[in-house]
Amino acid sequence: MREVDVAPKLDGAEVGRIFREESGRSVAALIRVFGDTDVAEDAVQEAFAVALRKWPGDGLPPNPGGWITTTARNRAIDRLRRESRGRELHSEGAVLSSGNDDPGMPEEVGPVEDDRLRLIFTCCHPALSTEAQVALTLRLLGGLSTEEVARSFLVAEAAMAQRLARAKRKIRAARIPYRVPEDHELPNRLRPVLAVVYLVYNAGLASPTEPGLCSEAIRLARILATLMPDEPEVAGLLALLLLTESRRASRTPPDGSIVLLGEQDRRRWDRALIEEGQAIVRRCLRRNQPGAYQLQAAINAVHADAATMEETDWPQIVALYDQLLAVAPTPVVALNRAIAIGEVQGAAAAMALVDDLDLDNYHPFHATRADLLRRLARNSEATAAYERAAALAPTDAEREFLRLGGRGSR
Amino acid sequence: MTQYLLSVHSVEGEGRDPMTEEEMQQFMQRVGVLEEEMKSAGAWLFGGALHESDTATVVRMSGSEVLTTDGPFAESKEHLGGFYIIEAEDLDAALAWASKTTAAVSKPIEVRPFRHVSEA
Repeated sequence: MREVDVAPKLDGAEVGRIFREESGRSVAALIRVFGDTDVAEDAVQEAFAVALRKWPGDGLPPNPGGWITTTARNRAIDRLRRESRGRELHSEGAVLSSGNDDPGMPEEVGPVEDDRLRLIFTCCHPALSTEAQVALTLRLLGGLSTEEVARSFLVAEAAMAQRLARAKRKIRAARIPYRVPEDHELPNRLRPVLAVVYLVYNAGLASPTEPGLCSEAIRLARILATLMPDEPEVAGLLALLLLTESRRASRTPPDGSIVLLGEQDRRRWDRALIEEGQAIVRRCLRRNQPGAYQLQAAINAVHADAATMEETDWPQIVALYDQLLAVAPTPVVALNRAIAIGEVQGAAAAMALVDDLDLDNYHPFHATRADLLRRLARNSEATAAYERAAALAPTDAEREFLRLGGRGSR
Repeated sequence: MTQYLLSVHSVEGEGRDPMTEEEMQQFMQRVGVLEEEMKSAGAWLFGGALHESDTATVVRMSGSEVLTTDGPFAESKEHLGGFYIIEAEDLDAALAWASKTTAAVSKPIEVRPFRHVSEA
């Protein structure tokens, strides 16, 4: 970024940024070495304190990630010796079993092997609740502080600390393994991993004050795509996030309002993200092993191709929703399919499909009905549907938007 | 290795229909096959089905006296119906046994790790 500078000046914020970027890899490596999440976390935290002291004066080390891991490992060994817990850890065996564990004194940290994949499968183990999975992933892999994780999900810091402590206690007590699942387990085990990343992204999307979660989710998806290049749904998730991200600035302007797809200024969509996302979608199509994330990415890729709402290839979008409904037969997918059908066959055709859905507590259902009813000139019903949608909407911005009768939509 | 409790609970008032003779035989056979598998894999430590909770007796201290009362813990609505204690490499291995158990007994199985003596 600043390669022209001879001696890049580092301030605390910059050290923090680099640290966050690198800490997941270090925590993951140290968990393998020491078999304990707390030991790893504390050691990396200590290394951070050292970096804050040293880096601004000495400059960035040539390999910051390696520096952090080595410094943290040395700190952990010192600490374990001091507390003479080394022998204890030894005698109990590695608390987290990594399959080929040699729970003796810490081995050299392998330079090639990336432990982050083990870490994310442990964090997203199905024996942990979704809340715990999300919190652990952001804390251990994403390098967010407990306070940052708490703020992202509007939870008090003490409650979040408790949630993390409980999850880590369960990993230790129930001996949730620290390993990448076998191929035959992968379909079941990958699902919660992808769901957590998607959930982190959507949490960022829903709260404009925490856009950091969106980039965090994309960073996690990139890591997964690098570590599991042969999993089509991993690629699909990354493409979906990139394509959604390309529109985020146009969808949620700084004033906190919401702009519908049809009203967005498409010139402001991020072309670099679109190109990257579309290239992944094309590779997925060639691979021809469709899944829910890939299909949603493909739908977004079609939208990204259209210069205006009217120029959108709606029949193509309907065809993709048909496929998506086959692999993910949920009422929410059916609702979105109905909206697409409305663009091809008209509001009456969409209305017939929407009225069959059981989504009474889902505000987009009522917003969709309201829009269709208005297009059918059933105005008083449309008003009632907008009110129902506004009453259910989770954020002020959405409530405001719906109270104004979905201002902006046709 | 870690020891795990795999347990089946029944909820008070949610009585199931009694099994027919044939169903009972099939049930016993499935359970027998499962236990044999646990034993030959070296996972089995102990296990068994319990009589109905109304056969239970509770003993508690009342001051310095021991008080004996009829019936299960009055506070709980759920009662232990049966359990296995197994030994497994990690939670994934324990969950694999639990999956086989729930398939055999057609009831949900709770999996809990035992404390190590050193963890107490």
